[in-house]
Amino acid sequence: MTEVVLETHALTMRYGGVTATKNVDFKLYAYELRCLIGPNGAGKSTFFKCISGLETPTDGEILMLGSETTFWTAHQIASLGVGIKTQVPNVMDGLTVFENIWLAARRQHNTPEANRKTEEILDRLTLRDIAHRHVGHLAHGERQHVELGLVAVGDPKIVLLDEPAAGMSSKDIEQMTKIIHELNKAAAIIIVEHDMQFIQSIANRVTVFHRGEILIEDHVDRVMSDPTVRNVYLGKKS
Amino acid sequence: MDLSVVILVEFLYAIASLILISAGLAVIFGMMKVINLAHGEFMMMGGYATITAVNAGVNIFFAMLVIAPITIGLIGLIIERLIIRRLYGRLIDTMLATWGLSLFFIGLAKMIFGNTTTGVSTPIPGLSIGDYQINGYNFFIIIIGFIVLALMLFVLKGTRAGLIARGTMQIPEMAAALGCSPDRVYLVTFFCGAALSGLAGAILAPLVGLTPSSGATYIAEAFITVIAGGPALIIGLLSSASFFGTINQLFTFAISPIVGEVMLLVSAVILLRLLPQGITSKFFKGKF
Amino acid sequence: MIDSLWRDSVGAVLGIALLIWVAPLFISPYTLTILIIYGMLALSLGMIWGFGGILCFGQAAFFGLGAYAYVIAAINIGESTLPMLIAVLVPAIFASLLGAMMFYGRLNDVYLAVITLVVTLILFKFMNSTAGPEYIIGKARLGGFNGIPGFPTLNMPGNPNAYIWGDTYFYFCAVTLGVVFLITTLILQSSFGRIAVGIRENETRMSLLGYDIRARKTVLFTIGAAIAGLAGALFANWAEIVTPNLFSLSQSAEIIIWCIVGGLGTRLGPILGAAGLSLLKFLLGQQTLIDNLLITGLILVLFVLILPKGIVPTLNDLWSLTIGQRIIRHRRRPRRRTRRKPPRD
Repeated sequence: MTEVVLETHALTMRYGGVTATKNVDFKLYAYELRCLIGPNGAGKSTFFKCISGLETPTDGEILMLGSETTFWTAHQIASLGVGIKTQVPNVMDGLTVFENIWLAARRQHNTPEANRKTEEILDRLTLRDIAHRHVGHLAHGERQHVELGLVAVGDPKIVLLDEPAAGMSSKDIEQMTKIIHELNKAAAIIIVEHDMQFIQSIANRVTVFHRGEILIEDHVDRVMSDPTVRNVYLGKKS
Repeated sequence: MDLSVVILVEFLYAIASLILISAGLAVIFGMMKVINLAHGEFMMMGGYATITAVNAGVNIFFAMLVIAPITIGLIGLIIERLIIRRLYGRLIDTMLATWGLSLFFIGLAKMIFGNTTTGVSTPIPGLSIGDYQINGYNFFIIIIGFIVLALMLFVLKGTRAGLIARGTMQIPEMAAALGCSPDRVYLVTFFCGAALSGLAGAILAPLVGLTPSSGATYIAEAFITVIAGGPALIIGLLSSASFFGTINQLFTFAISPIVGEVMLLVSAVILLRLLPQGITSKFFKGKF
Repeated sequence: MIDSLWRDSVGAVLGIALLIWVAPLFISPYTLTILIIYGMLALSLGMIWGFGGILCFGQAAFFGLGAYAYVIAAINIGESTLPMLIAVLVPAIFASLLGAMMFYGRLNDVYLAVITLVVTLILFKFMNSTAGPEYIIGKARLGGFNGIPGFPTLNMPGNPNAYIWGDTYFYFCAVTLGVVFLITTLILQSSFGRIAVGIRENETRMSLLGYDIRARKTVLFTIGAAIAGLAGALFANWAEIVTPNLFSLSQSAEIIIWCIVGGLGTRLGPILGAAGLSLLKFLLGQQTLIDNLLITGLILVLFVLILPKGIVPTLNDLWSLTIGQRIIRHRRRPRRRTRRKPPRD
């Protein structure tokens, strides 16, 4: 349990004159489930973009699954075994659920194997009933599930989720929680999230971002009762 | 000494004519994010409007500076109402529709004026600097080019209409917030853009033999000048026109005019590869 | 998947048979040949635009390059087999370099359109300026705006004196179109083609899944250019002259119009669009009352405004909404009771 799967050293990202993240040292252990929280503009989304390869950091270093990935692009990081879900549902709207998941499966497997994997995921995530509907016609919650399906079918070792619970009904969230726990059996997970209830229901360790830096990193209950955290974040919100 | 003056005039002329050629396209693209591929044909029609007016006995400067811009502006108005407004927000579709318009106008001009070359003579005589003879009309183009730029700067910075325009460029919903219907803002913008294109076509008409397909010679230069300029309207126009104008003239002097033109296009491809958001995305940030 | 491939092959063979035996009853083979060539050119753009989402404003560049490459090679070599190959390779290599430059630079749609347009213009201007005697490649003078006439046209492989011309050339072009159509079908139904459609739908997602979209788009762009180059070589053989007008903006515009009118996202649409509009142009060319360009332009504007999906997809929709639906309902109901497995693959 002590193997480090993701590590950043002094990660810094500047946009023009604005420093979005500053000297972030971060460690994620195998099979861990970690939540990143913080007020708007705290730098957690920028941090997320840097580690998922959507942005190249200005300074610092990222190590993932034994490779240095600082300057890698998104597709190279994904090929390493990292499943990524972005904030807005990012799916192929013009294609069916089956085709969406098939495309995700096809990258690692040949066609018959990809067909088999797709069928398996359709059953595991209970997407069977909507398998042949166009994703663009689905409800928001269903689209989120399809995107989790895209992540799950790749058998990732690290999963990065940006606000998976945003805009979902409580029933959807319940199912989402189940899926996340199942993914967690095989992968370490990072979740960027606002919804504190959801975090309390799911997470163990929490990292709090504030003004581009890590403010505190601890068990969720201790973080919630920490006065500094209440001050910068929770105090304003609740 | 004389030679350097001549060369300076030539460079300024290249820059000013690029500014003139691109101004109409830049206004429409900057404000509405619409790329008007019929821009070259607006210029062509501006040229024909001038020639027709001159043949009817109108003073050439009045024809170029008043009749042509207003005629083309009105044509622009009609096009905006009939076509462009139905396609806002669909960038590729507007490009395709205006490309269709461009072909339509070429065909129309062929039917009305015939597929032959027409022209008017330059109204300003040449003058000599030392041993060199230069085209006096080039001075006129340099002056008009920079007047157009100054006028745009004044309208944008100094008037209420300019304030609304700047707001709309930043956030399209801004016009409504400033108490002005976006519909009307777009209509006025398209009129101004088309009028500027007509003006450019009219002013350049005495220098070239005008044919119905003349527009095609301008569209590429205008297109890349605007795109390479980037988000800041005026600084972008000035900086990219200077860049491309200089490159064009350098190679024209060194090798030949056709190489100058080809190198202009080649440098545009390289520039867009290096700065895909245009010159002003990297430099002069936040200006306009 | 195999079923539909089988169906498409039968369809292609039937279509070509119809083209060879029935169509000449109405239209001269000479005219039909050019319709076929334009159909192939439209298919090349229809493939990369309709399935790969790459809108190239300069497909004419590859068409012209193919034509010029064939002519220059044929003049130097003296027969046609190797030049045909060169005519496919030259535009393909050019497109792979240009594509790599654009796609690895992560340029968006608009900049892609600008660059492809500008590159076509560069070629147009350059070719127009090569009238002087110093522009010569081997034995071939480029000839500037006059173009290059008088070169060896298509011959039987290995026998430079057995020319393929007239009706035989028409059959050759028809069969070539059939083969290209089937190759396109194979590519689009393979994993590569399905992944290309995924990239068209959502680039970010596909790269987050681990696909190298830059490389894939470059490859697709290259295949499109190769087909356009082949069409260019066939055109050179048909026209027996090549001129810089092959690179002109109106040629590029026409290819795009064919695709829009016929319908994007289909293979048949662009071919039919090209054939139909070119035929219309030939018919209009015989009158002088209304200019050709005026009508072409009007068609483009009207289609963008009223029927942006194009004719073939619209007919498809109409079919499935009216007659098709009844048939499908009729056929599907009993099947659903017997087999619960979804019909796919």
